[in-house]
Amino acid sequence: MVDLKHSAAIVGIHEHVTRYAPDKSELQIQGESVIKALEDAGLTKKDVDGLLTASSSSRNTGLNLADYLDMYPSFVDNTTVGGGSFEFHLAHALNAIVAGRLNCAVITYSSTARSGSVSVGTGGVARFGHPRLEPSPDSFEELYGLTTVGLYAMIAQRHMHLYGTTSEQLAEVAVAVRHHASMNPEALFRNPITVEDVVNSRVISSPLHLPDCCVITDGGGAVVVASAEVARNCRHQPVWVLGAGEAVAHQGAGKRDLMYIAAAQSHKPAFEMSGVTHKDIDMAMIYDSFTITVLETLEDLGFCKKGEGGDFVSGGRLKIGGELPINTDGGGLSSNHPGMRGIFLLMEATRQLRHQFEGTPRQVADCNIALCHGTGGALGSRHSGGTVILGRD
Amino acid sequence: MPEWNKPLPTISGETKPYWDNCRRGRLLIQKCDSCGEYQFYPRGICANCWSNDIQWITSSGKGTVWTFTVTYQNGTPGFAEDVPYVLALVELEEGVRMFTNIVECNPRSVTIGMPVEVTFIQATNQISVPYFKPVG
Repeated sequence: MVDLKHSAAIVGIHEHVTRYAPDKSELQIQGESVIKALEDAGLTKKDVDGLLTASSSSRNTGLNLADYLDMYPSFVDNTTVGGGSFEFHLAHALNAIVAGRLNCAVITYSSTARSGSVSVGTGGVARFGHPRLEPSPDSFEELYGLTTVGLYAMIAQRHMHLYGTTSEQLAEVAVAVRHHASMNPEALFRNPITVEDVVNSRVISSPLHLPDCCVITDGGGAVVVASAEVARNCRHQPVWVLGAGEAVAHQGAGKRDLMYIAAAQSHKPAFEMSGVTHKDIDMAMIYDSFTITVLETLEDLGFCKKGEGGDFVSGGRLKIGGELPINTDGGGLSSNHPGMRGIFLLMEATRQLRHQFEGTPRQVADCNIALCHGTGGALGSRHSGGTVILGRD
Repeated sequence: MPEWNKPLPTISGETKPYWDNCRRGRLLIQKCDSCGEYQFYPRGICANCWSNDIQWITSSGKGTVWTFTVTYQNGTPGFAEDVPYVLALVELEEGVRMFTNIVECNPRSVTIGMPVEVTFIQATNQISVPYFKPVG
């Protein structure tokens, strides 16, 4: 395997702070984010030769974004595999930089799901925005009232059946992430919650309660990734892409064991490429569409054994100061989730690796290596998983 | 027949035998003559070995609940008025799983491993939809 380490780095980030923007278009949010992320990097429009984006809206493509921003990129990637698309984008940018096809790219995303009243989790077939079903797989699935939360709840139900996982253990994930949100002034929900609060709240799709589910917001952002040569002259110290892996998982013609998710495959090349081990990971950004997503992802990334996720997420291990702090921005469960949240994982990992919060409780101490894992789609039907490992000098 | 307000399947050449047989009260799955594997949902090639030697098999229509969720919130017309309803993956005796609803029972009585059998509800003159109900 070619040594890809220290070839590409995240050099600029910008998270659009809006959680509700009824007066803005998705392209405007992306445009504002791209400009600010380049400012953060100390770069300008003329430095950019790559554009990578994904959207839930079929019209919000790289083509339209290049038009809106009057850009003429020579590397374009519209890979759209759900919420984790941006971990795939970073991996693809790394490849292109190593191949000499790319010097500096912008990865960007936006959505106005909240102001558009999109029922991302519970809208049923309306989440596609059209009533006509494709012959397959829709016509064998959507007749039965699938919802996004339901497709994750089914996996949680079986996890409980096989391994004795409890609602209280799932709630531990929500509690830890809300604790982190309480330190993020931009987070949608900042009031601390308890395990009892979660398990005594309304059930959306059994066994998942309301706080087991991510929030719905507007929002967006941009990440600038650059070659080592460009990165050395940027404003911040580089956050290197040490390793990356991608995978998909699905029904497997009705026979695949759905209890193993894409992370079980995607983490292997990421760790192998990076040369780091699980013990080296100082913090992790784990896509938290639902609490079960986090629990299963941590198992299948190899942080604990299959079935032991319930114990692993308990007792404060996931909080800053614990053994593996996760989602230190408040995650999708409490801070923001415009529909495809993977780009925000890269941003918070970058902040932590820059030691941006030094001297405050939000900083993970001695943070040198971070892992991001994006999940897109639904665990109960088909989904993608992208793992990236990032590090500072 | 009450008006059907849930989504209806779109039928293509490769899935037409499935829907034709649902109308006659038979649940069809596929078996590959080359590699011997069963598969669901139906398709024009064997997903395992990519051969075209696909045979339609009548399933026993019996299976067990592999996993499920009781849905309390779905804004889509046709489902909004059905909550709470049970969305499930049923594993057929032949070894393949399919999405369905568990009907004709209290949603809170459903458990993983529960034996179930297929039952059909006529949606239109052309289309009957397979569901599952507890055995016995």
